[in-house]
Amino acid sequence: MLSGALIVVLSFAYVGLLFAIAYWGDKRADAGRSLIANPYIYTLSLAVYCTSWTFYGSVGRAATSGIGFLPIYLGPTLMAALWWYVLLKMVRISKEHRITSIADFIASRYGKSHLLGGLVTVIAVLGIVPYIALQLKAISASFSTILQYPNSLVTDAPESLPFLQDNTFYIAMLLAAFTILFGTRHLDASERHEGLVAAIAFESIVKLVAFIAVGLFVTFGMFNGFDDLFGKAAKIPELNALLVQGGAAGNYTTWASLTVLSMLAIILLPRQFQVAVVENVDERHLNKAIWLFPLYLFAINIFVLPIAIGGMMHFPAGSVDADTFVLTLPLSEQKTWLALLAFVGGLSAATGMVIVETIALSTMVCNDLVMPILLRWKFLRLTERRDLSRLLIAIRRSAIVVVLALGYVYFYLAGEAYALVSIGLISFTAVAQFAPAMLGGLFWKGGTRLGALTGLSVGFLIWLYSLLLPSFAKSGWLPITFLTEGMLGIDLLKPQQLFGLTGLDDISHCLFWSMLANIGLYVAVSLWRRPTAAEHSQANLFVDVLRHVAAGSGPKFWRGSATVADLQTLLGRFIGPRRAAESIAAYARSQGMTGSEQLSANAVLVHYVESQIAGAIGSASARDMVASVVDEEPLALDEVMAIIDEASQALAYSRQLEQKSLELEAASKELREANQRLQELDRLKDDFISTVTHELRTPLTSIRAFSEILSDNPGLESAQRAKFLGIITRESERLTRLINQVLDLAKIESGAAEWHPGTVDMRELIDDATGALSQIYRSRGITLEVQAPAGLPTVNADRDRIMQVVLNLLSNAANFCDKDDSAVTISASCNETALRVDVTDNGIGISEADQAVVFEKFRQVSDPAAGKPKGSGLGLAISREIIQHHRGRLWVSSKRGLGSTFSFTLPLSPAPA
Amino acid sequence: MSAAPQVLIVEDEDSILLSLEFLLRSAGCGVAAARDGDTALALLAQSVPDLVLLDVMLPGIDGFELCRRIRADTRLQGTRVVMLTARGRESDLQKGIEAGADAYFTKPFSTRELVTRVRTLLSEPRSDSPAQGSARGST
Repeated sequence: MLSGALIVVLSFAYVGLLFAIAYWGDKRADAGRSLIANPYIYTLSLAVYCTSWTFYGSVGRAATSGIGFLPIYLGPTLMAALWWYVLLKMVRISKEHRITSIADFIASRYGKSHLLGGLVTVIAVLGIVPYIALQLKAISASFSTILQYPNSLVTDAPESLPFLQDNTFYIAMLLAAFTILFGTRHLDASERHEGLVAAIAFESIVKLVAFIAVGLFVTFGMFNGFDDLFGKAAKIPELNALLVQGGAAGNYTTWASLTVLSMLAIILLPRQFQVAVVENVDERHLNKAIWLFPLYLFAINIFVLPIAIGGMMHFPAGSVDADTFVLTLPLSEQKTWLALLAFVGGLSAATGMVIVETIALSTMVCNDLVMPILLRWKFLRLTERRDLSRLLIAIRRSAIVVVLALGYVYFYLAGEAYALVSIGLISFTAVAQFAPAMLGGLFWKGGTRLGALTGLSVGFLIWLYSLLLPSFAKSGWLPITFLTEGMLGIDLLKPQQLFGLTGLDDISHCLFWSMLANIGLYVAVSLWRRPTAAEHSQANLFVDVLRHVAAGSGPKFWRGSATVADLQTLLGRFIGPRRAAESIAAYARSQGMTGSEQLSANAVLVHYVESQIAGAIGSASARDMVASVVDEEPLALDEVMAIIDEASQALAYSRQLEQKSLELEAASKELREANQRLQELDRLKDDFISTVTHELRTPLTSIRAFSEILSDNPGLESAQRAKFLGIITRESERLTRLINQVLDLAKIESGAAEWHPGTVDMRELIDDATGALSQIYRSRGITLEVQAPAGLPTVNADRDRIMQVVLNLLSNAANFCDKDDSAVTISASCNETALRVDVTDNGIGISEADQAVVFEKFRQVSDPAAGKPKGSGLGLAISREIIQHHRGRLWVSSKRGLGSTFSFTLPLSPAPA
Repeated sequence: MSAAPQVLIVEDEDSILLSLEFLLRSAGCGVAAARDGDTALALLAQSVPDLVLLDVMLPGIDGFELCRRIRADTRLQGTRVVMLTARGRESDLQKGIEAGADAYFTKPFSTRELVTRVRTLLSEPRSDSPAQGSARGST
């Protein structure tokens, strides 16, 4: 029998050694010569997976189910093969986003959701508590065993000890103190603990050496090698059964579910996430860990069966708890030092797990549960506090104490009802609930926050109902009828035979239902609701992380404004002003600048600060914090990210974009042209109004002047009076004609003119027109010749309008004639398609420049020699409108001094009226 | 009584020209007429009228240009210019004043106002002009 003092001194000495290693590791890290920057240390730190469950529990498990202990190690071995893809992604993402825990990871993946981060934290804490209880139970049991051997071979039930008076409570509190000292000495933005990792790696060596030492002793000290051991065992029927698959080793379903559980656990357990992802210093370490870690598992498992079988053959059946064989076998052979080594090995397995697990959990509790709530409570005015780092450390330390206290409470309430391994599996099943959200989030962009929330919640509730609560029932803290008759006596609700599902062990049963619901809801809800822009953007960043260039991973589309000073102050509140200044300065140096004063607050800097704060309080809260000093325009960002997402098929998108920009260019060109045209039209309208005004004012001036003259001079001679009255009448007529023509043109141009189509005989029309003007022609001495052959086809047209055109052309011709031998010819002809009329004069002619504009409104050909042209200047404009309405053409050909010919055509096929 | 004041009317619209001739003759002026700017310049080269009644819209040289040329001619320092326009735009008024017109009427105008204004202008010699007959303007 060993003295208690020796054990205590040994334990403290061991922990002191751990401290020394951790201290040394931190020193080396501070000096820039990292102790852990090699793949072997990384692999050994991963071996924190092997806890006292492995050290003591595997032997216990092997004693009852032979190789049934193996799936727990097969799973990680299988998973290691996938690490190259899965774990690498997790590491890359976590580095880029400064993710500090699995809760942070999942929250961040689904749009930096506080709710999701909190839920994951709650599940992790509740799920891991039994696991911590397991370690407490193991340490406590190993104490009792080594102290009391051989007096008490079967561990005393703790119920026989009063609450708080058994050593387990003090072990828990001591572990809490260690963990606080290890894990929360200072707050690091990256949440990395180099010294701690070094200590954990050392512990992994200790437990491996200790276990193998015991295994070698049993196999070669107590027996003569494997042949002897297994040979003797094979002769004992109940031991032989252990060695055969399908015997006591459990059925295939159990194997499968345990393998799956442990596959998930190796990446989802908070402490595994901590060492494998958060504490990873170099991605390349994964390459070695992929084969080295399975090798470690193999090494630590080689002697499980020999020790189990050796113990069962050595001790009378049931006289010693198989979970303690590792200790009791050396003790029974008086190998005290070997027993002490085994004790230290078990202690290292347990402490390693507890320390890392509680640090991981405390980070989650602080960053994803407590801080988001505290920051939301406005009355605490936390967002105004200058330095939050003390508060953060206090929260973490409290969280460590609470988690260990919960572990103790669980141990006290339910610990004795289960073997070590069974307790561990309850925790494994809890963390397996993270798998759909985690793995789905890594590989499926469609996964949404709501999907993850529902899947996770329901999966967790099923776990609670069918695994955790039954553990209390089995310990007598809940009525046992809860198990045997179901809740409220409803058969279908029997926690371990839900909906009548039987034939599965507890774990497989719970795994089946919780995963079915979890995966089903995750997928269904995700498909049901489209992801928001924020989820979209995070999904892209996560799923495509390996495709990104590692450096430029920040928010690429960011608009906002902030000052460097604001950002530094903000950062200072979380990690302390001095470290914030150092951090910003370091960033400036990394950007090739001499100091922070050269920095400008751009998107990359904001992202850097956000990631630094994320290390302290988690990504979701960090985003809120940064948003408080940065005037970001989130909508625009989200929109852009949504667009970018749709452009995952980047080529199609860019082509589309190019096309759109071309369209836009064309549209804007059209718009410019239309605008120019509009301005031109506006100018024309102004000109038109101005001209019309002028044209109206002229006759009005005469009318007014003569009216006033007549009124002021009553004694005028009657001849003069008559002359003046005649002018007034003529000018009034001119005014009327002008108004009519303006209205006429406006009507035709606006399409409001009425048309009266009918059959037009052009020869007859020309005769009428010349008849009407013959008086004027004769009075001016102008010869008018008509050449209209008989038999011209008729055309379908508005006769009055065509008459208007012909009269206009004939009047114009007369006006242009100023010579004595003036002559005008009007001729009609036709071809197969159209009738043509030409009006030719031998007058002054029209210059080529004038020919182009003669049909425009009020564009009269002015010629000093010819004096002011007569008419309104609207006649040709109206005529052209009329002819164009009939689908004909009106044009002029002329030579200066030789006269002009105005011609028009009318198509023979009837024009629509 | 000295010689009747001489007025040159530049107007291309026959009926308006006729009415202006009647009005100014009735007011006791001697009247000459031109239907375009070139004719007006030719007449101005021969004699110096006391006042030019000038339409803006003319074939050939327009009224503004003609007014500027009158103002630039030292012989015509004492000659008054009254402009008539059928375009009632502010900018035209501005242009007329810049060109050096003494008065500006928009068509259709009140014949009484026009005559009164012409009389006033004829009775007040231009400040910088050489002495003109003081009895001018009496009817």
